[in-house]
Amino acid sequence: MTINWDTDLETQIAEWRSYLHRRRELHRADAEELEDHLRSTITELTEAGLHDDEAFLVAVKRMGSVDELSREFTREHADRLWKQLMLTAGDDGPASARSRTDLRVMIGCAVAAAVAIKAPALFGLELGDDGFFYGRNLSLFALPPLAAYFAWRRRTPISGVGLLALLFTFGVVAANAYPLADDADTAVLTALHLPIALWFVVGVAYMGGDWRSDRKRMDYIRFTGEWFIYFVLLAFGGGVLIGLTAGAFEAIGLDTQAVISEWLLPCGAMAAVVVAAWLVEAKQGVIENMAPVLTRVFTPLFAATLLAFLGAAIWTNSWIDIEREPLIIFDFLLVVVLGLLLYTISARDPAARPGIFDRLQLTLVVSALIIDIMVLLAITSRIIEWGSSPNKSAALGENLILLTNLAWSAWLFLGLIRGTAPFARLERWQTNYLAVYAVWAWAVVFAFPPIFAYA
Amino acid sequence: MHITKDLVAASATPLVLGILAQEESYGYAILKQVSELSSGQLEWSDGLLYPLLHRLERLGSVESYWRAPDGVRRRKYYRITEQGRAELAEQRRQWGAVVDALRGIWSAASATRTISAPASEG
Repeated sequence: MTINWDTDLETQIAEWRSYLHRRRELHRADAEELEDHLRSTITELTEAGLHDDEAFLVAVKRMGSVDELSREFTREHADRLWKQLMLTAGDDGPASARSRTDLRVMIGCAVAAAVAIKAPALFGLELGDDGFFYGRNLSLFALPPLAAYFAWRRRTPISGVGLLALLFTFGVVAANAYPLADDADTAVLTALHLPIALWFVVGVAYMGGDWRSDRKRMDYIRFTGEWFIYFVLLAFGGGVLIGLTAGAFEAIGLDTQAVISEWLLPCGAMAAVVVAAWLVEAKQGVIENMAPVLTRVFTPLFAATLLAFLGAAIWTNSWIDIEREPLIIFDFLLVVVLGLLLYTISARDPAARPGIFDRLQLTLVVSALIIDIMVLLAITSRIIEWGSSPNKSAALGENLILLTNLAWSAWLFLGLIRGTAPFARLERWQTNYLAVYAVWAWAVVFAFPPIFAYA
Repeated sequence: MHITKDLVAASATPLVLGILAQEESYGYAILKQVSELSSGQLEWSDGLLYPLLHRLERLGSVESYWRAPDGVRRRKYYRITEQGRAELAEQRRQWGAVVDALRGIWSAASATRTISAPASEG
């Protein structure tokens, strides 16, 4: 073992090693063991008179293809494909130091979010009594810490942090500066739209200021879907925790109602916003994205449902006389369809040829379009009949926005299936359209209260 | 002569255990020994030995430790455990049975051939 490894050979071995390190099923120790083997072979071959280069090639060849190797390792260590998401990497190294810091920052932000929702209580605003205040401000407790977490992760420069702070200040102003009665329609609209408006601010933090880029926007769409799924999972877990806690304490005669509703539930929910985001970031690339998987399952089902509904509506001839409650359901339905559309697009291989699934998408979009037109007609007739109100105007605006998106998406899908429009146009259409949602949400939050005289 | 994949796979465990029963060793040396023992007939793709060693370790037949023989680079050594020795004995019994059976059929086959060969000629 007294061979002088020249630098060329060392570089080659280093390349080979980094190639192994990219395989998740091969741990560092395994790579080290294999490298030792490779070096032994090379030593033997060079001693037999081969050049370094040749010896390296032969040794690598003898080792077998890395694909085959990882397959064998996977067979033996199947668990490794499952257990990738560890809180911190087991080995020491710069990567794990970084992930430990990341964990600490995340916990800090989560705690900040949890504390934030209790802060107004210091000024006498109790969660139980001032529900409207909390409803309007809900997104202002958790989303700034979430944006702070991303600002830290993306090493956002100070100017970027300033911009984020300014945008969140706008949010605070919008939620609290107008003289709104607690139960005014516009107050409720603010409570509904401010989270959306601020979610786009978080998006600015997520994209590290690079929010003009298509790719980054699409990443944020993906992130949003995954975040939502993780949040729901955490909420389920939290529900079980709360149920068990309440039950266990009740068994020994203690009433935990107040602790749960005043502390555990609100603080937990706020912290979960940050934790879910961290989970998405941590598991990125490790586990298959869930949102597109769910879309695959539900797109055909929703398409079938919408077609069935349209069929039934034609059959019973009950088009226009849709009342208020069903209108809201239809709006939700349209938002879900849009979500299905977005996540299908986010997961589709841009180079793939148009297939049966794209036709299915087109069916879904077209039937959603028809339903959207029905809803629009119903809203318009209500506005003509009863005059406009903040709610009806907001619904009208949102349906028009959806209609535009769905109509153009349908057109682009048609082009895609016919082979006249590349998939990238559909993708860019959706990512560009995000700006419309953002502008609309901010407009509802800022402009609606004065327009409708704070009603 | 090319030995089929199935045979290589089936004989891998007793070979590795047998080598480790003589003395503790590491992957590269084990492969060298296999090659010498079979006069180069048994060819393993080098990398595939390690998943096998890891499986034997998980099952408790061998245990491993790291050592740096030249003081520079550390190397993973394997040694057989009591359980591994028992496994080896069991494998040996099974292989013995297989080899006996095969030997029986080979001699029977060669006997038939020596009898039937002249008959077909005549």
